[in-house]
Amino acid sequence: MNIQKAIYNDSGYSPERLETLLAADAQKHLEQMAQKARQITRQRFGNTIQLYAPIYVSNFCVNHCPYCAFNCKSKLPRTRLTIEQACKEADILASEGFRHILLVSGEDKKFINIPYLAELTQKLREKFSSISIEIYPLSKEEYEILFAAGIDGIAIYQETYDRTDYAKFHKTGPKSDYDWRLDTLSRAAQAGFRSLGLGFLIGLSDWRTQTLALTEHANMLMKKYWQAKVSFSFPRMRPAENVDKELFKHMISDTELVQMMLSLRLCFPDSEIVMSTRELSGFRDNMAKICVTRMSAGSKTNPGGYTVEEASLEQFEVADDRTPAQVSSMLKSNGLEAVWKDWDKAFIK
Amino acid sequence: MKDKLIIAGKEFSSRLFIGTGKYSSNKIMAQSIEASGTEMVTVALRRVDIQNPQDNMLAAIDRQKYLLLPNTSGARNADEAVRLARLARAATEINWLKLEVTPDPYYLLPDPIETLKAAEILVKEGFVVLPYINADPVLAKKLQDIGTATVMPLASPIGSNQGLKTKSAIEIIISQATVPVVVDAGIGMPSHAAEAMEMGADAVLVNTAIATANDPIKMAQAFKKAVQAGKEAFEAGSAGIKNQADASSPLTGFLRD
Repeated sequence: MNIQKAIYNDSGYSPERLETLLAADAQKHLEQMAQKARQITRQRFGNTIQLYAPIYVSNFCVNHCPYCAFNCKSKLPRTRLTIEQACKEADILASEGFRHILLVSGEDKKFINIPYLAELTQKLREKFSSISIEIYPLSKEEYEILFAAGIDGIAIYQETYDRTDYAKFHKTGPKSDYDWRLDTLSRAAQAGFRSLGLGFLIGLSDWRTQTLALTEHANMLMKKYWQAKVSFSFPRMRPAENVDKELFKHMISDTELVQMMLSLRLCFPDSEIVMSTRELSGFRDNMAKICVTRMSAGSKTNPGGYTVEEASLEQFEVADDRTPAQVSSMLKSNGLEAVWKDWDKAFIK
Repeated sequence: MKDKLIIAGKEFSSRLFIGTGKYSSNKIMAQSIEASGTEMVTVALRRVDIQNPQDNMLAAIDRQKYLLLPNTSGARNADEAVRLARLARAATEINWLKLEVTPDPYYLLPDPIETLKAAEILVKEGFVVLPYINADPVLAKKLQDIGTATVMPLASPIGSNQGLKTKSAIEIIISQATVPVVVDAGIGMPSHAAEAMEMGADAVLVNTAIATANDPIKMAQAFKKAVQAGKEAFEAGSAGIKNQADASSPLTGFLRD
């Protein structure tokens, strides 16, 4: 397929269009792709960026993922937040202006279970208009309970869609079940979840093939669960404590990451593109001007990080440590409005 | 003949309604609203903290000058829309509501069945309901029958700037309407707005085309003029478009009786 056609003439997703945009040759046309991506983003999402923050509730984990600082082998301080402690973290985020939060946990089923999450959500609902989760996969029935409690969004990354690589990185533990993880978003959508966050951990497998698998997954979800909205995240392997860099041969450059994000924007004009504080501030600021629609800000990736400093190990090294107010004023200086609230708790009874 | 637009007993001199999403700042939004000459501004309940008058967006809209029209954007069924509407009214005492029920989060096309269901409930509860609908003449009649204050057919998918893709259906709606017809969604340029008014629409609602213009304030002024021009043209009455020139020697010129 012709790259000019893929950028300008086509609209929407096809595997062929995506492949053309992702090809090494297409990098010569990155600026054109960026211009088009910005135009689409501004038209569909306006001059706004939605802000959110994560609350890490536990870094206990039964899995062995060698790329994650929370893996059960690492002999590092572990913390779980009680409901009261988690509420204190949330109070800080609410006072900073956040109305959208993401609850994050390691696979710590003994403690971070359905009753815990339901109770916490009931307490948080007063202060927040949207609560999402990024935790281990649950059953449809469990998602139904959480949805009724007030959780409307989920993010879960397949890590790698390549079954061989997946098996290599997830040898034992509950996470070794590829298909159970793959179907997670379908189960959440069946339970009523409104926002479905997809991604893979960039660095584990060849990124071009992975991107194609990601978009096929997204396309299936969009067609089948047409009332839920798909968002894309781009977690990229970054240096963290106890992570063996030799294991990860597929790390990608900034240019490649940009190519991937632009390709997704061109193929999925109405999907959210999310960027966390894993990325450096300069990179984030520039991508906010092009195609990102949702960003975290001021994130702490260790449980209790907002209330107690340096108390426990963080999951990844935060590369952008600016405060939410600083991120908001950066957006303003780029002609973008930080949107803190874009949902309402009244959507869920 | 300057007939006024009257919706639910309230008179409007401007026939341009404005949405509040997608602006780069509340300040530019406020200036664009001012420049548009509008008297009705719609706000997504999901975007504001409706119970809090200090909310940044709400604080930027002068309630003395503009009627605030809350909308239920994001609701995917009648239950959700009705719940949002009731909470908003309880918090603000605003009776007016732009009813949006859009189960599909990508094209945001309105659900006719759930919209009708929600409208029935809300009208009974005393809301002034302005429903956002696809350009479906039968649905428009049904909504009118149950007592909605307007019907608001879409010109093309919301935010698409594609203009009047549903023109022939909107013409039918206008010809059958007993309530004001407000063309909503998809109006991308002032010429689209003028076209809708020339067809006999009572008003248009514009957001994306103004909010995402390079100069939103100037675009708001352009829309103001276009809506006025379109309305005046409709009132003036077009002689219609002829497909052929008149023959200079008419074929029927021989007829004498």
